[in-house]
Amino acid sequence: MAIILEHVEYKYSEGTPMETDALHDVNLEIQDGEFIGLIGHTGSGKSTLIQHLNGLMRATSGDIRYNGSSIYAEGFSMKELRSKVGLVFQYPEHQLFEVDVFTDVCFGPKNQGLSKEETEERAKEALSLVGIGESYYKKSPFELSGGEKRRVAIAGVLAMKPEVLILDEPTAGLDPKGRDEILGQVVRLHREQGMTVILVSHSMEDVAKYVDRIMVMNHGELVFNDMPKAVFAHYKELEQMGLAAPQVTYIAHALKDAGFPMKTDVITVEEAEEAILCTLGKEREK
Amino acid sequence: MGIIKTKNLVYNYIKRDEEEKIEEVSEAVKNVSLDIKEGEFVAVLGHNGSGKSTLAKHMNALLLPTEGTIWIGGKDSLEEDNLWDIRQTAGMVFQNPDNQIIASVVEEDVGFGPENIGVPTDEIWKRVDECLKAVGMSAYRTHSPNRLSGGQKQRVAIAGVMAMEPKCIVLDEPTAMLDPNGRREVIRTVMELNEKKGITVILITHYMEEVIHADRIIVMDEGEIVMEGAPEEIFSRVEELKKYRLDVPQVTELAYELRKKGVPMRPCILTVEEFVTEIMDTYRKHSE
Repeated sequence: MAIILEHVEYKYSEGTPMETDALHDVNLEIQDGEFIGLIGHTGSGKSTLIQHLNGLMRATSGDIRYNGSSIYAEGFSMKELRSKVGLVFQYPEHQLFEVDVFTDVCFGPKNQGLSKEETEERAKEALSLVGIGESYYKKSPFELSGGEKRRVAIAGVLAMKPEVLILDEPTAGLDPKGRDEILGQVVRLHREQGMTVILVSHSMEDVAKYVDRIMVMNHGELVFNDMPKAVFAHYKELEQMGLAAPQVTYIAHALKDAGFPMKTDVITVEEAEEAILCTLGKEREK
Repeated sequence: MGIIKTKNLVYNYIKRDEEEKIEEVSEAVKNVSLDIKEGEFVAVLGHNGSGKSTLAKHMNALLLPTEGTIWIGGKDSLEEDNLWDIRQTAGMVFQNPDNQIIASVVEEDVGFGPENIGVPTDEIWKRVDECLKAVGMSAYRTHSPNRLSGGQKQRVAIAGVMAMEPKCIVLDEPTAMLDPNGRREVIRTVMELNEKKGITVILITHYMEEVIHADRIIVMDEGEIVMEGAPEEIFSRVEELKKYRLDVPQVTELAYELRKKGVPMRPCILTVEEFVTEIMDTYRKHSE
């Protein structure tokens, strides 16, 4: 099953002189179990787009289908949709509000109407998925580090057992190790639980390393929707959109321009290393 | 003495219970001594919770040392009479651009600081002109800040600090919330202020690519300075940096890995140009 968007348009302040197009004719499909990267400069419409996916914003026109049924059809349960499509906002730790970590994570499932036992079981499972141990359960969220708070906030969404997890810049403001830890955990959720993941990110290096497919938004339109290598091959166009390619892609192009024969569709350090060694090795054999 | 000097600086966060009794003391900065020269570009790296922001907040007396001393422009921050001078010597730019802009028009926001300290009107406008020009935002002077991109807002925030004519700017993760373009704009602006106007820059960041042009890098861990040196020197210690939860730019990592595999390379490569030169040298030797 899948999420399908057909001709989705969203206009802010429709019918007034302030009318602006935030989404323009967006068509896309997200299949079960995919790991997707969503990139675009500030104001490109990516946040507007993800808020449509769980019905927080309603398209001005066009249709969104979740597992075959239109989410705008009469009788469709938005509440259910929101528990199936979990959205982790930017700086989610600002939304922690309970007295301790465990109670905070329980809030979602409790609201879904689950029993106390089920709720607590869900909370424990979610916290263990993000690597937060029992010694943290009774701590106040204020006592945690930035990375820990963020993982607790993600657990709060996971406790609702979403089928799709959308993360809006989950690594902003974290140190490099913290970035790797959070993303490592997201990859595990994707692999082990088969969860569909949509990662909104400003880090091209992270996107290149983790996702199967990249969607690029620019001025409210979906301009690229392809495998990472294919998208980063358009690095010049990406730059014009305020984006970039990973640094290693630039290295590959610079080397090739200098007369070093190598493929230029490398997007991770490992790929670049292999490609360079390959060329040097061939030269040596001659 | 440099523009910012600390001697055995200690800062403790103290947690108290309901009866004001001390429950827990955490040492955020431990015994830090450093000396930053006027005109220097110093980058501070360290993982979340390493104490770098706490240290930065001492540089314009937002926090006062628990023990030890910090002098800003030669003035001790523990003396209350020095507060105004200190805040005028060192300006601060924070992570979130939306929390730093207060006026509804760009030029008024930039003029807010000098107006507050009683600068004559003509002089205020002159400063607003100059500062907006310095950050490349003159075209937006009559715009509303909430219509700007993150990078543009952050440049307006920098102009607002510049208008106070500080000798030193402390930037605490100014690019953390920005897209790649916004990051480039802000870093370019900061470097220009340092090079052209000779303003001392202290840049705190998690992005390693932003610090390769710094004069000096300071790495903090557990409240202490654990590494200090020129970028070439710091980034040649890849394993040590990883131990402190940090990273190196992709080009440096790639060079480091190739060198491990026996490709002849200088120990610390920081830019794509250097990398290409090194590889081409090897390549030409091979093909001869």
